[in-house]
Amino acid sequence: MLECRGLEKRAYDLFMQNLVKGTSHLGLGQEAVAAGFGTAMRPDDYTFCTYRGHNHTLVRGVPMTAILGELMGRACGLLRGKGGSMHLTSIQHGVMGSYAIVGAHLPIAAGAALSAQYRKTQQVTTAFFGDGTTNIGAFHEALNLAVVWKLPVVFVCENNLYMEYTPIEQVTAVKNPAADRAAAYGLKPILIDGNDVDVVYETALAAYEKARSGDGPSLIEAQTYRHGGHSRADPGKYRPSEEVEAWLARDPITNYRARLEKLGIDGETLGRIEADVQAAVDLATETAKESPKPPLEIAGIDVWADGGAEWRN
Amino acid sequence: MSVTLVQAVTMALARAMEQDDRVLLLGQDIGVNGGVFRATDGLFKKFGDRRVLDTPISESAIIGSSIGMAAQGLRPVAEIQFMGFLYAGLDQLLSHAGRLRSRTRGRLSCPMVIRTPFGGGIRAPEHHADSLESILAHSPGIRVVIPSSPSRAYGLLLSAIQDPDPVVFMEPIRLYRGSKEPVNDDGGGLPLDTCFVLREGRDVTLVTWGNCVIEVSEAADQLEEEGISAEIIDVASISRLDMDTIFGSVERTGRCVIVHEAALTAGFGAEIAARLADEGLLSLRAPVKRVGGFDTAYPLYRLENHYLPTTHRILEACRAVLDFE
Repeated sequence: MLECRGLEKRAYDLFMQNLVKGTSHLGLGQEAVAAGFGTAMRPDDYTFCTYRGHNHTLVRGVPMTAILGELMGRACGLLRGKGGSMHLTSIQHGVMGSYAIVGAHLPIAAGAALSAQYRKTQQVTTAFFGDGTTNIGAFHEALNLAVVWKLPVVFVCENNLYMEYTPIEQVTAVKNPAADRAAAYGLKPILIDGNDVDVVYETALAAYEKARSGDGPSLIEAQTYRHGGHSRADPGKYRPSEEVEAWLARDPITNYRARLEKLGIDGETLGRIEADVQAAVDLATETAKESPKPPLEIAGIDVWADGGAEWRN
Repeated sequence: MSVTLVQAVTMALARAMEQDDRVLLLGQDIGVNGGVFRATDGLFKKFGDRRVLDTPISESAIIGSSIGMAAQGLRPVAEIQFMGFLYAGLDQLLSHAGRLRSRTRGRLSCPMVIRTPFGGGIRAPEHHADSLESILAHSPGIRVVIPSSPSRAYGLLLSAIQDPDPVVFMEPIRLYRGSKEPVNDDGGGLPLDTCFVLREGRDVTLVTWGNCVIEVSEAADQLEEEGISAEIIDVASISRLDMDTIFGSVERTGRCVIVHEAALTAGFGAEIAARLADEGLLSLRAPVKRVGGFDTAYPLYRLENHYLPTTHRILEACRAVLDFE
């Protein structure tokens, strides 16, 4: 969680310094969901992220340098600066892609799960998505298919109360956008505190156990909150300040630190961990900054298995 | 064995599934019922429910799950029941299947096939008769292949299934059972990046694909009776387009008529005409003519013979280029 927080804060700083261009969607405040699930996964499990996927990518063990490098469009980036913030992918770490079209990755995740089921590999697929996704067709199509085919896939809705700028409750027929829909697919409604990493972890373990035993998919709604706006362009001013304050008091990291102290872990040890993480973020930043820009040629290649778009252009 | 085009499709699917257990079929009504056009007839019985999957009516999920399977080691062949139903799955196809390789610097790929019947002439309205090849050809990373005979359906489909990139395999509805020809079930594929010259000729080049080979052949027969020799090129592979064969032919004939049943404006004929203007202008002895559907939604059956390129309209275009001074 600390690494996620450090990375996201740094991503924000790099934006402000104009070293990351375009846009980015930060998961500040939502670290417990990614960390809880990521820790419960097996190394060969599959993760599918949204455009708010830095945290979910990092928790699979992807080096920070490769993520920050990708954000800055550098040659050291995960995809050599061709995918960017919204498309982080690392096959060797099980991160099977980040998808910028809301809901698009849910059917794709179902397909990956079918592949694992067919090949009998015991791999479980996790698809993370936001509350806004629950109102798009692909969400429902994928859930239905996953249940019908009993696919080893876990659908994780991070309900941070706002789709982009509009409160999800304003535009949704039910109170809990994912959990209240579970019954429609014969699934148990699972609604959890997404800011409590222990709760998330236990929920994840149970869902993975179910999927690995051949008992099919789960749909989990984790309630959480975005500390910032939707994207780089959004200061998030549409949110009442009392609401923001109430959720800041539920910061997953502050609260977890307090829990650890209560369990007897001394402040010095925790402080050292925090300092180590900060040093790692700094080092990754500097390494990524030194990496060259990718060559122009990469824009035209990898369109097809045998090359680029020369035959067209 | 002499088979129809749709039977050749079934043969190719069976052959691909025998050769490679990563090949799975999925789609609406394709399993137990063998598909609305019977293209998967008997395959459920032969290969079982693990390899022939009946899906809900969920085009986004059919194509999306195919992407997930393909990127994770399988070779899915999905059926979209009619091409007009593809609109509901276009996001998956255009935003993801075609871009996965580029977006991930080649780390993920999408070796999948979407089979879909296309085109009119069977008295089915609108979405049941659409031809969307130009929308697909406009999008990077997707191959678009259209057979026009049983043997080409067999060979091209086998190659499409083996291809490492996503392929939309458009099956011409009017040709499904139009004629039979012997097809040798030898597992042999055909190249996905070449046109087929169906008839050699000297005076005019007729470029077409899919269902329209019927009317184009009739027009060529008619011209022959008048002593005019027409060359017929079946483009077959819309993307990638083999312009070399077309340039070569037009160099000899100096005249070109392009025929397709999709709406004329921004139809794929426009691309071919533009390329001829760009790189083949000096070979041309007359302007390139296009014959296509009208810029309307596909009409109901009483009007469809008016909408589709008729032999008469093709002949008119041919005469215009032949008479051009």
